Amino acid sequence: MKILVPVKRVVDYNVKVRVKSDGSGVELANIKMSMNPFDEIAVEEALRLKEAGKATEVVAVSIGPAQASETLRTALAMGADRGILVKVDGVVEPLAVAKILKGVVAEEAPGLVILGKQAIDDDCNQTGQMLAALLGWPQGTFASKLAIEDGAVVVTREIDGGLQTIKLNSPAIITTDLRLNEPRYASLPNIMKAKKKPIGEKTPADYGVDVTPRLTVLKTAEPAGRKAGVKVGSVGELVAKLKDEAGVL
Amino acid sequence: MTTLLLAEHNNATLNGATAKALTCAIALGAPVHILVAGKGAKAAADAAATLSGVEKVLLADDDSYAHGLAEPLADLIVSLAPGYDAIVGPSTSLAKNVLPRVAALLDVMQVSDVMAVVAPDTFERPIYAGNAIQTVKSTDAKKVMTVRTASFSATGEGGSAAVESVAAAGNPGISTFLEEAISASDRPELTAAKIIVSGGRAVGSREKFAELIEPLADALGAAVGASRAAVDAGYAPNDWQVGQTGKVVAPELYIALGISGAIQHLAGMKDSKVIVAVNKDEEAPIFQVADYGIVGDINTVIPELKAEIAKVKG
Ligand SMILES: Cc1cc2nc3c(=O)[nH]c(=O)nc-3n(C[C@H](O)[C@H](O)[C@H](O)COP(=O)(O)OP(=O)(O)OC[C@H]3O[C@@H](n4cnc5c(N)ncnc54)[C@H](O)[C@@H]3O)c2cc1C
Ligand SMILES: Nc1ncnc2c1ncn2[C@@H]1O[C@H](COP(=O)(O)O)[C@@H](O)[C@H]1O
Repeated sequence: MKILVPVKRVVDYNVKVRVKSDGSGVELANIKMSMNPFDEIAVEEALRLKEAGKATEVVAVSIGPAQASETLRTALAMGADRGILVKVDGVVEPLAVAKILKGVVAEEAPGLVILGKQAIDDDCNQTGQMLAALLGWPQGTFASKLAIEDGAVVVTREIDGGLQTIKLNSPAIITTDLRLNEPRYASLPNIMKAKKKPIGEKTPADYGVDVTPRLTVLKTAEPAGRKAGVKVGSVGELVAKLKDEAGVL
Repeated sequence: MTTLLLAEHNNATLNGATAKALTCAIALGAPVHILVAGKGAKAAADAAATLSGVEKVLLADDDSYAHGLAEPLADLIVSLAPGYDAIVGPSTSLAKNVLPRVAALLDVMQVSDVMAVVAPDTFERPIYAGNAIQTVKSTDAKKVMTVRTASFSATGEGGSAAVESVAAAGNPGISTFLEEAISASDRPELTAAKIIVSGGRAVGSREKFAELIEPLADALGAAVGASRAAVDAGYAPNDWQVGQTGKVVAPELYIALGISGAIQHLAGMKDSKVIVAVNKDEEAPIFQVADYGIVGDINTVIPELKAEIAKVKG
């Protein structure tokens, strides 16, 4: 079985983004970019399934600008076998990403697609569910545990009240939550080896997908700020302030 | 035309997230119908009918909706969709799971985590862990959206809508529910609590969580929250995580104990009315959002805090 892992190039999670003063977006020039953290977890899970003999090949795919090939190299350095870059500049919304991925699935015929639950730039939390819908496949979102048993996929999901375990027919879509695994670091030899692994190039047109956004961004603004308050010297003072000044006790 | 709101419930009772999402749904300006899909969910449907401003409650009662499986639930919503201009749900794990599936089946780009309705087609939503707020206009004929419940107050009761049964849409049968481990607790729910006491990595162990954090929460009638580091380390269950990828909360009082204040944590709690932080590092970023801070060791501060609170609560 082949596993497809979509990986997105996003602003590194340690960067605190700034809104451009003209409200046209966030400042992206000279900012550190990395693989979306949830996608690292997805790559790791796919590699573990391959190492356990449950999968034969791990293919990483990224939709984005030419630099998204760096994100694919990261996946290859972790251990993925090959990459597919669907080259497109500008914003591609989850619906269009899902349509492109549907095309990739038609070509690659994976038994499992493992995505991140959320891209930490747009915070949409949609793409996996949308891809599942377009393919008519079952979905195991927010996964914290994954097992392949007799051709079915058993997924434990992080839900509001605790955990839910479901069984999905194969092929299926999985989206990763933080506790699924701890992604490995790529070793230097593997980084070198990754340079020789193949990355195929495609465009949205190859899959007949129109990536015109459906949402028009009218404005991007700073959130309402919060001022730092005061440091108090004692617990007694704190409780008095909470009671009398803030009125919350 | 009309808006369809997906209810969050456990068949017996309606979850408070529904009434908050209703406030957003009503702001779209059209009549609102609430969909209660479940198994033996008449009580939850009756509760939905009492919410003010609801025109009608649709009850889809069927085995296939017993556990919120996305595949049959999405098919149900899509079967109802021709009658609606907007399909709305709270940003709960149920709606986050099913509504994007619905959106794709309708060829609509979902608007996630709506914080404000500017116009029936224009919304504010957070991006980059809430470090920027985008105003987006949807060009899709139908709107599909989830609602950041921390941004809306709950619609009150006083309504008496009719409850109407709707037919199940059939189960594609590609997924099966196996089991659920739902934490039972007498404490208020995180997203509904007036006070939240949250612990971070500094707490050190599950035992210490039970010894330090939970009794303080109980003394205040509060819910318990946690940072990702505390959850990852196994000190607290996953459903206590507050943040960008956990729960988003906005209580009257949020007490952060031994939490550094990473942007991903702040994303989930910086809309709280009053924030208290206790951290032994006076440079900890959490102090930049805290109204009241104590630089100190949680191991000594928490017991003192509990004692002082007991005094004023008398
Ligand atoms: C994709 C992604 C998503 C994430 N989502 C979330 C999320 O939803 N929620 C979330 O919380 N995090 C999230 N994180 C993690 C986040 O970046 C931080 O790592 C995490 O919040 C840190 O938790 P912490 O503050 O408990 O731990 P630390 O950062 O280790 O901080 C511990 C703090 O305790 C203080 N301390 C230590 N000992 C004591 C003591 N005895 N008394 C008082 N203070 C003490 C220290 O000074 C320090 O400030 C996410 C990260 C990524 C990459
Ligand atoms: N441009 C992209 N390229 C590759 N994968 C993507 C892209 N956008 C989204 N994804 C995948 O979809 C997941 C969820 O993204 P989102 O729905 O935008 O929050 C991510 O974690 C990725 O696995």
